[in-house]
Amino acid sequence: MSVTDIGFVGLTVSLVLIVIALGLSAWQQLGLERSIAGATMRALAQLLIVGLLLGYVIDEGRPLWLSWLWVAAIVVFAAATVARRAPELPNVFPVGLAANVISVAVSVAVTFGFGIFPLTGRTLVPVAGMVTGNAMRTAVVGARRLVDAVEENRDEIEARLSLGNSPSQAVKPTLRDALRLAMLPQIEANRTVGLVALPGAMTGLILGGVDPVDAVLVQAALLFLILGAAAISVTVIGLAGVRGMFSADERLVV
Amino acid sequence: MVASKAVSPALFRFADASLDGRLAGLSVEIGEGCITMITGPSGAGKSSLLRLANGLDRPTSGEVLFRGAAVGLLNPRRHRRTVALVFQHPIMFAGSVADNVAAGEPTRPVNDLLKQAGLDASFASREAKELSGGEKQRVALARSLGTDPDVLLLDEPTSALDGESASRIEASTKAFVHDGGSVVWVSHDTSQVQRMADRILTMADGRLV
Repeated sequence: MSVTDIGFVGLTVSLVLIVIALGLSAWQQLGLERSIAGATMRALAQLLIVGLLLGYVIDEGRPLWLSWLWVAAIVVFAAATVARRAPELPNVFPVGLAANVISVAVSVAVTFGFGIFPLTGRTLVPVAGMVTGNAMRTAVVGARRLVDAVEENRDEIEARLSLGNSPSQAVKPTLRDALRLAMLPQIEANRTVGLVALPGAMTGLILGGVDPVDAVLVQAALLFLILGAAAISVTVIGLAGVRGMFSADERLVV
Repeated sequence: MVASKAVSPALFRFADASLDGRLAGLSVEIGEGCITMITGPSGAGKSSLLRLANGLDRPTSGEVLFRGAAVGLLNPRRHRRTVALVFQHPIMFAGSVADNVAAGEPTRPVNDLLKQAGLDASFASREAKELSGGEKQRVALARSLGTDPDVLLLDEPTSALDGESASRIEASTKAFVHDGGSVVWVSHDTSQVQRMADRILTMADGRLV
């Protein structure tokens, strides 16, 4: 048995840790037993379905457009997630979609345009998925931070507007602070990577038998892509998001 | 002299203007070239009137006209520079006093504006957020004067100030009107209202009384 082929027996054994979590919840009367069991079943079902579909989509015999379709679907799903988690941001779905599309487009163009990885379904889907997932998380944080910051700084923004500043001038200091705060977790993640937790792609490659140094090179390339995509995503969220906060006659309307 | 100011063309005309329960069908004309003092209890809609005049809010019904044109149809940036608003609680931006005045993209040197607002040039380099309440309010006034406005909208600018600071603001305002400007000033201070007014408007429950 290879280390990547744990089979159903291995999977079942790994559920021992879930049983421990259930036991702790019951012992400490946390009332989380149903949530833990439900989340576990859901994760397993989702992953199995995704695994089966993905196996079909990225099989070498399939056309590449199937992988592009998969990428398009996850980008739209990620935008819907941004919209669900940060509904306070005006026009959040189109803004979130723009953030995801642009960050994924730039990342994919760099990755495959410069030949970092060969363009196949097996590389396209995981790279786009990882980039989209992180861009989505940063977009959610950026959108929430922006809405909160505008609310907190409403007086300053209106004071600037009252002086004849444009909306973009009036909101600039607030936007800058919100974008900085949204980016910090991603930067911090890069700063500590490998010191405590090994990142997912690298872990997977090492478990699959790849030399750790080669795994690190792949992981580093992905980290750079993810950081760049997060910066693009949060910038698009910020710049496009604030537009919906002002009326045509330049009043703050959120 | 006061009578001649009162009959000058309407600067603002509020025509049955309402705003989300804060103003309830306000109808009033405000004249040009004079100081119009607006008084009334808290919640009467005085600040809302100023926000509508500056274009920060739009009436939910009715109309607000500036020199005969609907405020909502004017170029908002040009209008706000023409009709400058000084808030009750002065908002200082991060940075120095000079940075604050520069935020309004002034048409005159910062030191001239500080002087006009009763502050000497040494204030320019000071951290704006560390000033006293009176000093902040004078910086806010200098910042608004920097847009070379025709009209000053003052929302209780002296309510939290000591007598001397209030006198300086009053003197700056009178000089502004003497030079051809117009002022709409919200105040709770009865003696100040009597002292400064060319015309007095009293509001209650979102309309004129």
